[in-house]
Amino acid sequence: MSLSRREFLQLLATASAAGFSLTGCDKSSTETPAGVKPQKTPGNPYELAPYGNVSVMHYTDCHAQLLPVWFREPQINLGVGSMYGNPPHLVGEHFLKEYGFVPGSMEANAFTFLDFPELSKKYGKIGGFAHLATLVKNIRAQRPGALLLDGGDTWQGSGTSLWTNAQDMVDAQIKLGVDIMTPHWEMTFGADRVKEIVDNDFAKAGIDFVAQNVTYNDEDFDREGEHVFKPYVMREINGVPVAIIGQAFPYTPIANPRHMVSSWTFGINDGEMQETVDDARSNGAQAVIVISHNGMDVDLKMASRVTGIDAIMGGHTHDAIPKPVVVSNPGGKTLVTNAGSNSKFLGVLDLDVKNGKVKGFQYKLLPVFANLIEPDKDMQDLITKIRAPYQDKLAEELAITDDTLYRRGNFNGTFDQVIVDALLEVADAEIAFSPGFRWGVSVLPGEAITVDHVMTQTAITYPQVTRNEMSGETIKVILEDVADNLFNEDPYYQQGGDMVRVGGLEYTIDPTAAAGKRISDMTLKGKPIDPGRNYAVAGWASVQETPAGDTGLAIWDVVTQYLKDQKTIKVNNLNTPKLKNVEGNPGLG
Amino acid sequence: MNTKRRLFLKGSMAAGVAGVAASAGLLTPGMVLAAWPNQAFDAKSVADAMKGIAGSADAAASGDIKIKAPDIAENGAVVPVTVSTGMAGVESISILASKNATPLTSSYTLGSATEAFVSTRIKMGKTADVIAVVKAGGKLYQAKKEVKVTIGGCGG
Repeated sequence: MSLSRREFLQLLATASAAGFSLTGCDKSSTETPAGVKPQKTPGNPYELAPYGNVSVMHYTDCHAQLLPVWFREPQINLGVGSMYGNPPHLVGEHFLKEYGFVPGSMEANAFTFLDFPELSKKYGKIGGFAHLATLVKNIRAQRPGALLLDGGDTWQGSGTSLWTNAQDMVDAQIKLGVDIMTPHWEMTFGADRVKEIVDNDFAKAGIDFVAQNVTYNDEDFDREGEHVFKPYVMREINGVPVAIIGQAFPYTPIANPRHMVSSWTFGINDGEMQETVDDARSNGAQAVIVISHNGMDVDLKMASRVTGIDAIMGGHTHDAIPKPVVVSNPGGKTLVTNAGSNSKFLGVLDLDVKNGKVKGFQYKLLPVFANLIEPDKDMQDLITKIRAPYQDKLAEELAITDDTLYRRGNFNGTFDQVIVDALLEVADAEIAFSPGFRWGVSVLPGEAITVDHVMTQTAITYPQVTRNEMSGETIKVILEDVADNLFNEDPYYQQGGDMVRVGGLEYTIDPTAAAGKRISDMTLKGKPIDPGRNYAVAGWASVQETPAGDTGLAIWDVVTQYLKDQKTIKVNNLNTPKLKNVEGNPGLG
Repeated sequence: MNTKRRLFLKGSMAAGVAGVAASAGLLTPGMVLAAWPNQAFDAKSVADAMKGIAGSADAAASGDIKIKAPDIAENGAVVPVTVSTGMAGVESISILASKNATPLTSSYTLGSATEAFVSTRIKMGKTADVIAVVKAGGKLYQAKKEVKVTIGGCGG
């Protein structure tokens, strides 16, 4: 079920004209020399050179985006300490230079924020499960026996996934042919729902749900310490036994509501990961792959400490990295790949396994350009069926935007600005906070903002808007706390989100300073924040079971109402902090 | 009440391994020890707490003490901490949270036929070092691990 010859020829013509070459993704076991010149590949960009005998495909963090999207990659993704200037902390031109991509090319559009609206209009939307399905079938035809790994954050992020209790995405995963997955946001549907899907839908479809770092805690005394899910599975690919280990997002009960998974404990657990790898090896695994929801900085550190893993294929931090990072550890070398977000990319890893060992690899991270790939009819029909009951609601136009709306980046994005402005107005607050999530699609200038768009920014199972009185001192503590989760020099102490988005409040941040000392010069309307005074603060997505100051409003209703009132959106007041000590940081574009 | 009961049971189990009768502070001190070391448990600094419980604040850093605790606590009210060591002649294991108002959380006196393995839950108000102090062969050794306590929310 590969593309027809006619489709390939069409695709080839478009791709060549557009300069889509995948140079820089073209990675084999020999290192590409530094400064290699980008060149056009004469063939179909999705036809990969044969390599090795074990292949796996990987997508991650699609956030329930069934349709192709615009998604602007970050303009600011600062790395501090040992992470300074290293992938994934490269943006814009620094990113293009690192991977040999040409400015204005299709890759520049898929992987960076540069000329975002212009290049997006030129190359079209990216992703979508119908297009991804065609690509998966095509790669499977080229590489019989290849597994499809899903890195998680699949069930959350759209109106339909929220309203169907994730059933739409479960059905889409089954149709896509997912073999194995590991979770994060899946958990926000609650432990019972997760178990229901794993034990029924997935069990019937033969999908394994793996997580070596999720065990019962002492709330489930009889089972304390036991794995909730399989830590790994063994699959044979072309006669080679391959272990796929799951690493769920380690800080799920901290970053998301703990009460939703109250009897499960998570964590990073290098020692237990090592035991799992050793167990897989002693059971005959000739290749060991971890599907991880650690976030890339954590993956890199883990790869340097745990031995015997051939590849960590990661997600969570939404980094689309064209080439694997090869990490040395006391046992040898481990590849670390991260495959972006929002169904934009499919990673394909080929391993050459001989005499029980991995001898070499080839990796490509393929952007799923909707204009280059015919949608798969079966999947398209499923998506149409899923959306049909909600189509009118989703399509409702709320306002027109004059600016590109996006979220991704260390500090306020333009869509966040709309959300905090809405909170300030509707909740009648002096200061607004909105979480530094990394999901949420973009809207181009001139487009209508629809309910569909708003839901991609807000669709969570704990959407309550809160309004509380907080002292200036507490506000500082909150900013410092979140800043440390983002800029701690030890990735094991990071949680993988971006800085909390703020409305009203202005501040200065030094990402290189020590914990508790990064935030200064907090002001409100030009006046210094008084540590002893109380301020009215609006927010949403509280992780408390009964949020303090619950207004009874859901965030999407607040944003929807605000957009309807505004009619036209122009973001003149993007509230980003003053930055200190980051001049020249390659994570700043 | 149920959770407390489970915690108590958990404590009893850990105690079975460690050979002591109380854990997690659920039994009132007077029931357990004839001479409760007030000076140690009421001490406001790590040094005073160590002096009170072990007689000295000087403990050599040791790589033979293993502390298992989360990098970031899932719930600061009940942070799981396990301390173990392969040292010979272990007499006691004490666990401190450096920034708690009273840093000494618990101290375990071990019999000679007991494996030096203690597992408990401690309460932590803020990000701090968890310090394990081991008395073995009349000498003091220590190891520490930072545990971050965070407000939560805002993840990826």
